[in-house]
Parts: sequence; C-alpha cells; structure tokens
Amino acid sequence: MPYLEESYDIVVVGAGHAGCEAALASARLGLETIVFTVSIDSIALMPCNPNIGGSSKGHLVRELDALGGEMGKNIDKTFIQSKMLNESKGPAVHSLRAQADKQEYSREMRRTLENTDHLTIRQAEVSEILVEEKQITGVRTSSGAVYHAKAVVLATGTYLRARCIYGDVSNPTGPNGLQAANALTDSLIANGIEMFRFKTGTPARVDKRSIDFSKMEEQFGDERIVPFSFSTDPDEIQKSQVSCWLTYTNSETHRIIKENIQRSPLFSGVIEGTGPRYCPSIEDKVVKFPDKERHQVFIEPEGLYTNEMYLSGMSSSLPEDVQYQMYRTVPGLEQVKIVRNAYAIEYDCINSRQLKPSLEFKAIRGLFSGGQFNGSSGYEEAAVQGFMAGVNAAMQILGREAFVLDRSQAYIGVLIDDLVTKENHEPYRMMTSRAEYRLLLRQDNADLRLREIGYEIGLVNENDYQKIKKKEQLIEKEIQRVEKTPVGANSKIQNFLECHNSTPLKTGATLAELIRRPELDYFILNEIDDNRPDLSYDTAEQVNISIKYEGYLKRQKQQVAQFKKLESKKLDDNFDYSKVGSLRKEAVQKLNLYKPTSIGQASRISGVSPADISVLLVYLEQMHRRRQMSGKE
Amino acid sequence: MEIGKHSDTIAAIATAMNNSGIGIIRISGKEAIAVADRIFESKKKGKSLKNVPSHTVHYGLIKDGNIILDEVLAVVMRGPHSYTGEDTVEINCHGGVFVMKKILEAVIRYGAVLAEPGEFTKRAFLNGRIDLSQAEAVMDVITSQNEYAMENSVHQLKGSLSKKIKELRGIILYQMAYIESALDDPEHIPLNEYGKELQKVLSPVIFEVEKLVKSSDNGRIISEGIRTVILGKPNAGKSSLMNVLLGEERAIVTDIAGTTRDVLEEQIRLGDLFLKLVDTAGIRETKDIVEQIGVSRAKEAAGKADLIIYVVDGARPLDENDQEIIELLRDKQAIVLLNKMDLELMVDANDLEKRTGHPVIEISAREELGLEKLKKEITDLFFSGKIDFNDEIVITNIRHKQALENAWKSLDMVMKGIEEQVPEDFLTIDLMDAYEKMGLIIGESVEDDLVQEIFGKFCMGK
Repeated sequence: MPYLEESYDIVVVGAGHAGCEAALASARLGLETIVFTVSIDSIALMPCNPNIGGSSKGHLVRELDALGGEMGKNIDKTFIQSKMLNESKGPAVHSLRAQADKQEYSREMRRTLENTDHLTIRQAEVSEILVEEKQITGVRTSSGAVYHAKAVVLATGTYLRARCIYGDVSNPTGPNGLQAANALTDSLIANGIEMFRFKTGTPARVDKRSIDFSKMEEQFGDERIVPFSFSTDPDEIQKSQVSCWLTYTNSETHRIIKENIQRSPLFSGVIEGTGPRYCPSIEDKVVKFPDKERHQVFIEPEGLYTNEMYLSGMSSSLPEDVQYQMYRTVPGLEQVKIVRNAYAIEYDCINSRQLKPSLEFKAIRGLFSGGQFNGSSGYEEAAVQGFMAGVNAAMQILGREAFVLDRSQAYIGVLIDDLVTKENHEPYRMMTSRAEYRLLLRQDNADLRLREIGYEIGLVNENDYQKIKKKEQLIEKEIQRVEKTPVGANSKIQNFLECHNSTPLKTGATLAELIRRPELDYFILNEIDDNRPDLSYDTAEQVNISIKYEGYLKRQKQQVAQFKKLESKKLDDNFDYSKVGSLRKEAVQKLNLYKPTSIGQASRISGVSPADISVLLVYLEQMHRRRQMSGKE
Repeated sequence: MEIGKHSDTIAAIATAMNNSGIGIIRISGKEAIAVADRIFESKKKGKSLKNVPSHTVHYGLIKDGNIILDEVLAVVMRGPHSYTGEDTVEINCHGGVFVMKKILEAVIRYGAVLAEPGEFTKRAFLNGRIDLSQAEAVMDVITSQNEYAMENSVHQLKGSLSKKIKELRGIILYQMAYIESALDDPEHIPLNEYGKELQKVLSPVIFEVEKLVKSSDNGRIISEGIRTVILGKPNAGKSSLMNVLLGEERAIVTDIAGTTRDVLEEQIRLGDLFLKLVDTAGIRETKDIVEQIGVSRAKEAAGKADLIIYVVDGARPLDENDQEIIELLRDKQAIVLLNKMDLELMVDANDLEKRTGHPVIEISAREELGLEKLKKEITDLFFSGKIDFNDEIVITNIRHKQALENAWKSLDMVMKGIEEQVPEDFLTIDLMDAYEKMGLIIGESVEDDLVQEIFGKFCMGK
C-alpha cells in the first residue's frame, strides 16, 4: 500500500541535463513540478567529458538558450576555457565549446533549480510509472510513495539497469559509482514500451601532479570569449582561462592494446550494448583504423577545484593494469597516476520510434521522455530534448498546441526528427552534416530564428524579445543601405582594393558587391564606408553573412520552401494505412509502425518511396473531398 | 528523395514511344506556356504563345537555339480548363522517337522537369479535374507505373552505366565525408588547402559526367549500339530475321557511314537499346558470310562483335557449317535462335543449348514468332552487364540525362566555389546535390550514406 500520496502537475524523473531543462521549463511555465534524482549531489552531473558545446552541439546549446533554456547561461557562469571551433571555415560550422568547471557547473545548476518557483527536488528512485487507460497518472518510488501527476517526463540518462565495466570487473552502478535504477525498466516493459540496450564509455581521470606537461602542446582558449547565452553580456565574462594539453598515442600504445585486446569486455562479449561509432574507445580506434600511427589525446582539466584531468580520446574498457600500461606509453604520461579508471557503461534506453515529434509516447498520453533515455548521447543533445519534453508536457496540461520544431528551423528539430523517424541502433549524436539546411541554421543566428518562438511559449522575457526585434530591424536596414550604397572607382577606393589584393574597379559598384568578393567582407570595408551606423558585432556579423553568402542562402531558402510544403500536410496518428489500397506492403508496414505526423515525415521513413507519397497525397485529397461533400449534405 | 515539386512545371511524352503518326509532348504547370514559348517559333512573325487565347492551335517550329528540331502544332490550354487543371501546352510533332526525345530534352532544358510516373493524372485529381470516383484508379496508375520504373532501375543497377555512376558517386561521397568529418572534428582532421585537393579529385569526375551527358547528344544514341553479327548457314533464315527486325522499327533505322567508308551500319532499336548490325559490304551479303567470305572473315566479324545472333535452320539437322559457327561462339556473348519453329523441328533445343553453351530461343522469322523473347534476352544480357556495349556507356534515358546534367551543374558549382575560395562547408552542399542527382539514376536514395561513410572511413572522436 502506498504510504504517501502527493499531487503535482508534472513529474520529471532524473535531474541530469535533460531532467534539469525539463523541470525548469515546466516550473517556469507555472506548473507544479517535482524532479526526482537518485542523488541530489548528481544534479547536472558531467560524468564524461568536461566541456559543453563543440561542433553542432554548440548550435544546440545556443538554440536552447534562444528558446529560454538554462544550459547556455549555466556554462557562461562556470566555464574555465572557451573556444570557437572552425573559425577558418564557413559561418554555418562555427561552433562554440567551453571547458567547464564540472563541480561549479553542477552546483550552479542546482542553485538555479533550488531557487525556481513551483519546483520541488526530491531524492528518490522512481520504480514504476502509473498508467490508467493509456493515460499517465503518476509514478511510484522504490519506497512505495505515490506521486500523482498529469504528465511525466522520463529523463533517466544512463542509469536504467546500468553496469560499469572494465576488464572483468563489472559494477552494477550508474556513472561515477552512483546508484543505478534497476526497477523502472520492468514497469516500462509491462506498459508495452520497447527497450534497447546501449553502451558508451569514458576515459580515465588522472592526477595533474603526475603529468609532465613539457612534453605536450599547450592549447589556449580564445582571446575574445563569445558567450553561449544571448542574454550574457560578453564584456562580463572575459576572464583568464585554463589551458588544455595535446599529446599523442604511439606504436607502443597500440602494441599494448592489441596484445591485450582479448581482455577487453567488448571483444570478449561481456558487453552486449551497442556503442557509438563517433566516440570510439581507444581499443576500437586501434582495431578499426590500423593504419593510423597515432591518435590525439587531449588532456583537459575537470575543474579549478581539483587536480583531476580528463584524457580525451582514450576512453577504454580494458582492465585496470592494461589501462596503466597503455596510458604510460603516452608522452607526458609516463608516470601518470590514475584517480578513476576508464570504463564502459551499459544501460537501458528506449526505441525512440515510439515517440511523437513532441517527445510524447504515442501509446501513453501524458508520458514524455528526453535525453540518453531516448537513445541519444551527449549533454547538449540531452538538454534540448529535456527542454522540449518539459515544454510539451506543460503545453498539454495547459491545453496548448504541441511545440515541434522542424528540420528547417533548428538543429533541435533535426535531432528529434531523426530520433522519431529513423532507425536508430546506436547512441545518436548531433552532427552538422545531419542538418540539410545548415547554412540557415547557424549558431550566430539562433536568436533570430528562435527567440520569438521562445517568447510565444512564455520562456523568453519581454526585454529579450524586444532586443531581438530591434536587432532584426537594424540588420534589415543595414543590408538595404549596403546594397544601395554606390562605390566610385576613385583613387581612395582603388588604393584600398590594392591593399587587400583585390582587383581594382573598372566601373562603379555597390558596397554589397565588394563584400561578396572572396578577399573582402563587411568588416574590412569599414575603412571606405563613411556612413556606416554604429552596430554591435553580432548585428554586423549578420549583415556580413547575409550579403556575402546571399546566393547559397537563397538556394537553401528555396529548398526549405519545398520542404515546408510537404511538412504542412498533416497526417492523423490514428490512421490505418492498410486502408489505402495502392500503397506497397512495405510502405504500409512502415507507415503503420511510425505513424508519421505529416507527409514530410512520412517521406523520410526508409522504405517509403516517392510514389507512395504521391498515392498518399491523392488519398488525402479523396478524403478531403468526401468530407466536404458530406458536409454539404 | 526528390519529391514535393508539385508546383513545378512538368513535361513528358504523352503518346506511346513508337513511330506512328503524331507524337505529343505535354507540358503542364505555372510556367508551361513560358517554357514552350522559349522554344516555339510561330510561322506568323512576332506571335508569342504567351498572348494567345486558351484552347487554340498554333503552327510553327521547335528550335533548340538555332537548330530546328521539328515542325509542330502547339496547343495552348490555360488552367483550370485543361486535363491537369493547370496551364498546359501540347506540342504535336511528326513523331519519331528520336525527335520526340530531342524536343522533350529541349523543354526540360528550358525550364520544365520531367514528370514522375502518373504525375499528370495525379495533378488532374489534386486540382479537382478528375472525379472522386477515379481516385482509386489514379493511385493504381501511380503505383503500377512506379513499379514498372522500379523494375527498370533494378535492371539497370546491374548494368555498366550503374557501375560507372556508383564509382563516381563513391568518389564524391568520400570527399564529402572527409570534409564533414573535418568539420565535425576539427581538432583531429585538418582541412588546410583542401580546395586544391578537391579540384584535382573532381576534375576527372566532371570529365566522366560530361562524357556521359554527351554520349546522348550528337545522335550518338543512334550512332552507337550493341555491335551485333548475325551468323548462320545459307537459308537458315538470317535475312527473314533481318527483315523482321528492321521492318518493325524501320522509321528509326538509319544508315550512317562509319569510320571506314565501305562500312555500313544498320540500326535496330529494341526498347531502350540499339543494335548495330555490322557488315563490311552491305547487310545483304551478311546472310552468306560463312559461305562467301569464308570462315576467316566470319571469325573477324564475330571477334569484334559485342553480341552474336546465331540463326539455326531448325528444319535441317546440324552440319559442318553449324559446327564451325559454334566454334566461333566460344567466349562470346551469343544468342542461339532455333528458326522455323512453325515447321517440324529436326534440331533439339536442349541439345543445341548444351552444344553451344548459350541460351536457345525458338522462333519463326517468317511467322514472326518468338521475337519478344529475343528482345527480352538481349535486354537482359545488356542490363545484367554481360554485354559491354563497345565498352562505352550510352545514356538513352532522358530521366538519366537530366539527372546527369544537374549533377554536372552542381559539380561545376563546386569548382566555381573553390575558385572563389568559399569555405569547404559550402562546397559539400553542391557535392551532396550532385551525389543525390546521380543517385536518382540508379534508384538509390541518400538516407544515411554520408554519416555511414564518415564513421566508416574516418577515425573520429574524443
């Protein structure tokens, strides 16, 4: 018998990166929210790499921030080094990455949670979901307490039936030796949810004092730090930064790994879970890429408070003694002392095909999920899903429309669409190549894309909203001006062009035309542009990108327009596709399995052909006309 | 997947692809009249299709630049009063598969896209032009036409064209994956000066694509073909067979002087394929090749052939002549025709197949029986890649050509981008475009190719 009953609007299970965003979003929308965690000390824990962002993940964080999420603000408060990656490449692939002080990151997020209205934090293991008539009604904890709720967000990360493994050692714990959650899986399966088993891994943490940094290359942060959050004032976060260090594995490292490979639980079959290919263990890399003579190892600080250093690039599940041997072959690590072993972790997650694009389970109303539980990997991927799940749980309770971003609006849209539409057999990681409209989905314009949407949801304040409206106007006005401002072929201009190795003008041109030259840009032209208004860097940057890459951007916009057409044709999730006689069998099966929400989503399901889509369009029109006719009668 | 171009202007040949009477090329969509106007020159000076009333017929020329393709009648129908409910132009030409293809190509080059199977009907329905009761039929049309198209592309998958396309796509995919992995993991994989490297790799790819596109230009569809020699002893029925094959497709058989002045080629079209019947002194002599010019000459002809059609006189037992011919068939692609099936056969088909090691088809040239089987056999041989087509790959399908032309354009954009020093991440957009377009030819969609390649070929990650 339950000994305690309490009622909330929303229950969030897990307080990792997904759970925190989910809980904050729903509480901030005014809904009474309770978040469960197996340990209060593990709120927003970073059990793997000590950084936030990176290629395409940086995009996610900025998008999340534009919508009103917390991750960007939290890392701005707690970073110890910051770097904009890919600066020499196109603006679409610039990506921010910051080293975090892990402890500070976790503490700061905890402080935010603890001081948010309508939000309750509870240390307890949720062991059961309560479902009545396909509607979630609450959860039960392992101590027997029942919490009623209108919606539940599952964000259990890597804790479900977790096992940490290295060599022949296998501990039934979550990351960092934290308590695993062993009961919930059974309850999920009993409610018809299909589970997968995935694995991931992490490298050893070592004692800074045992490292010889003189044998490594120092990696500095950027001189001018760009904040993650659009609400952070850049001037307030310029500070001295901590370095990372680069070293390499060598043939000796690889020899030791190869000689001991049979002792790896991955190769001996002890590990059953499917691991990610993009984040391979060092033994994976050595086996799969035998021609590579060396692999990079980045030594990254775990924080200012500790001497622990993270050995990025050398995650492993080899036995402890082999770990020692191999790490000590790496220049600078000859005397290294391990503080925590590298390990692989196995955990239960779901087949994400069971979710709607709103991250609600198709089969259970009011049950949402986000993060690694959905089969993704990475703090950032988790955070954005948690946010979307939390917002959608709230939207449902408030009787508002589900909040879905499509592939042309945000990386978040790409991530979730991939999760719910494609077969996913390994932890899913965001990559810029997955975003087909990435020229439009830049980290620099996430605010222009999403601030207004965040405002409509109710998570962006009036001030931030007005700020972006103003910025939009300034950009538009400046683009107009630059397009129309003529530049004469006078000596001042010709000299300027010569200085920048640019062909002299034969006739007059506009500023915009000069900006489009490969060797020039909006900023360089400042010298010859006398009537330029005083614009902030990020506003000027938008002007520059819009003009310089106009041709490419236009093409992408046309592609998006095509894409939107199919996306706007909605499909009913209760629809039985076997009723459409002319669909091929394979298409019927797949469509019935996935129950896409739009023709667009249907077209991305593997096994559904363009002809099937044509047939569906005709069928929809047929239904439409039938309805119209019966309406007239 | 290339769908969702509902508003685009589409075009296709609306009549059967044969040489009877009039052929119709139908164009439908917002731009239909503008597109037609770009290639139509009225006999009345200054008349533009844009200004003519709906449901009127106009006499003039179809011109691709300065080249006159045909004298035609153009029917202009403005939406919604047309079959599809959209602006529609129907170009009535004098027919001939070659001319129809050329006009359609021009229409596509000047702004239309090739219609998907069943697309006119689909639009007609979506625009309310077809009755609700016909919806099921529309869907069936789409499905069945698509299955037909799929079957064709499955065939082609094995052919030499798809081999070439796959090879080129493989190169493009690798380059994209390299760039993408470098963008994703900039600290592990460098991209310095990669534009130059890419230029080097792409130049030959572009050359190959260009070659493929051009293979369908300049009448090469006509001038190239499967080099075919018909062998058989006198009176086996070679000339009857020739007549039947030629007669059926008479209108598109052309006589083209070859590289040697005294070589005459006869062309026969079989579906999408062309047979080039080669003979050194006129096709009439071919029937007596063994008898008159002797085995040495026959050997020479057979040696150069891509395909030998061996006609066996079924009414007489095999003799020495047959033995000699069977010797010539060794290591060659050949089809054995057991002729005169309308008479009592003296030769056993199974035995013949054992002796020759080649497929045997019973026919009657005189009664025109079994010819469909012959066509199917030749088509199968070609698409299974067994016949090499003179080692040259020829684009005979307009859809393929359009896809290749688009791929070519995209690759050119990549090269232009490199010259303009646009960042590498822009280049992959056009690379992906080219990759997708070429995928349409072999019926392969993109799905997760790129992500697979990145993980498969490059060592990524922390």
